[in-house]
Amino acid sequence: MSDEYLSRGYLTMDEIKEITELPSEERLKKKPVAVPECPQKIPCTPCFEICPVGAISMPTPNDRPVVDYEKCIGCSLCVQICPGLAFFMIHYRGEKARITMPHELLPVPQRGDEVVLLNRKGEEIGTGKVVLVVPREKSVGDTPVLTVEVPIELAWEARAIRVKEARE
Amino acid sequence: MRLEEHPVIDFSRKRGKKVTIYFEGKPIEAYEGEPIAEALHAAGIRVLNYTARGRPRGLFCAIGKCSSCLMKVNGIPNVRTCITLVEDGMKVERQHGLEPLPKDYRPPEWKDAERVEADVIVIGGGPAGLMAGIKAAEHGATVALLDENPVLGGQLVKQTHKFFGKREQFAGVRGIKIAEIIAEEAKNRGVDIHLETSAVGIFPEGEGKLVTAVKKNKKLVEFHGKAVIVATGAMEKMIPFENNDLPGVYGAGAIQTLMNTYGIQPGKRVLIVGAGNVGVILAYQLLQAGVKVVAVVEAMPKVGAYFVHAAKIRRLGIPIYTRHTILRAEGKEKVERAVIAQLDDKWKPIPGTEKTYDVDIVALAVGLRPSIELLHQAGAQAIFVRELSGYVVRHDSRMETTIRGIFVAGDSSGIEEATTAMLEGKLAGIAAALFVGKANVKNAMEEMEKVRKDLDEFRSGPFGQRTKIGEEKVMIK
Repeated sequence: MSDEYLSRGYLTMDEIKEITELPSEERLKKKPVAVPECPQKIPCTPCFEICPVGAISMPTPNDRPVVDYEKCIGCSLCVQICPGLAFFMIHYRGEKARITMPHELLPVPQRGDEVVLLNRKGEEIGTGKVVLVVPREKSVGDTPVLTVEVPIELAWEARAIRVKEARE
Repeated sequence: MRLEEHPVIDFSRKRGKKVTIYFEGKPIEAYEGEPIAEALHAAGIRVLNYTARGRPRGLFCAIGKCSSCLMKVNGIPNVRTCITLVEDGMKVERQHGLEPLPKDYRPPEWKDAERVEADVIVIGGGPAGLMAGIKAAEHGATVALLDENPVLGGQLVKQTHKFFGKREQFAGVRGIKIAEIIAEEAKNRGVDIHLETSAVGIFPEGEGKLVTAVKKNKKLVEFHGKAVIVATGAMEKMIPFENNDLPGVYGAGAIQTLMNTYGIQPGKRVLIVGAGNVGVILAYQLLQAGVKVVAVVEAMPKVGAYFVHAAKIRRLGIPIYTRHTILRAEGKEKVERAVIAQLDDKWKPIPGTEKTYDVDIVALAVGLRPSIELLHQAGAQAIFVRELSGYVVRHDSRMETTIRGIFVAGDSSGIEEATTAMLEGKLAGIAAALFVGKANVKNAMEEMEKVRKDLDEFRSGPFGQRTKIGEEKVMIK
């Protein structure tokens, strides 16, 4: 893969597909599934070490994580622990998709809140609804994790949120 | 301005009792446990002194290394106010150029120096020094550790992000937490800790070593030991541009100190220069503290940081402009604006691409250089190694320098990261315990072998190549 993404600071969808095969539509409908956006070979292993079902392979600490989507149970521990905040979970539910993402800013939204969705370049692309919050105290990685319901066409676009009152 | 709410740090728990200091006669509220320059910053005071030619100077490094914050404290000039803690009733004044000591001042004398004895003397209480102290103690040596800062942990105390590596190396744990864990462990192992104590020289003394030091700017201390481990870290680099000395042009680390160690809002709007790990992590930390980052500029065509750190700030709306640099800072007595421009292939600014930002802070995250002054003074052989970001001393596979009994670890042996600093600290600590004859040889050799394997493994990826080339040059075989 070219390293053009390093001049931009974000990955395009094509680049993500180059670093990791995506889960099948069928798998995405079944239950949440973890997808890493971790393109570089960096010395980092917490996701591999914490996965309770051994779904993440990483032959050496400097290899990229590869998720076996059939083994993944959608527990979100990798999203909670990842020091690079580079793990997300996706789950298709009819017309909607649920994205599970880390959120280390204040305020932490509450279940039911409508939030602004941001893409990988920080552009506002719509709104979503928070359906689950793992607060910091309950997160194995000290990072709050949110599950946000979004229109299904934004499942592979929305990667961060902004709480509405906090908008400038 | 002080930070009250933060997603990671609870400042109400960290702040001491309220005290009053007097700046040019005016009372300023401060908290016990915070340094003078930081308290002044919280009160909106940016200019700390004037050069002999009348140029204003403010904070730059905030860890006692750059001398940009010198002030007169209770009449004594040249006090590094960034690491000198406030005391109730303290009188602080701006100084103009270098000012003399008051005529009636009597400096302390060596005959009255406090005497500390231990097998191993560790200089520096950051990740490398703490780990070195822990390991030397674990392997049977008595250890004394000194650090010129008021808190243990070195630069870990301001790192709110989680670390990479393996979980046994604290991966997935925030830097601030790692600092607490290893500081606690060092205390539990009986390491004799001396804070606010600056080492000023290392000398041979019979078969042993003498480290001379100054405690709290007023007391002399002699540390007598058989081995010395130097883990003095690094200092921030500066780049040339117009008005780069204007108060408000801060090293990235100084901003982290203000915001993450002492809960002080560094400014309102920030331009960051440099998209290495320090620059992009700083951008994220500013966002967490509720401070606006207008942009990160990077002269190189690519982000030098781990991509995932850059992605975190991009998706939260902070732009990164590669192939851009800062042309100048503008403002009267403090930063009010910054001008950036795009660079061509020959690193020349392209006319017409200038952009001006209203900012009150310019953060420089343009790299670090190893702090080797003490090793240099002690006579250790130093060479310039580009891959390790400056002059470094030669050392062997046990981190021993060209001077028997003097060891080095962490950024002072070449710029890398906290994880490898801890591993190097382990090596130096075990080796020093072995050197002073306290360690069980077999256990020490086995553990050193494991640590070397861990270091090798950590550096085996593309990001470790630079260090490996540097280590090749510096290693005594």
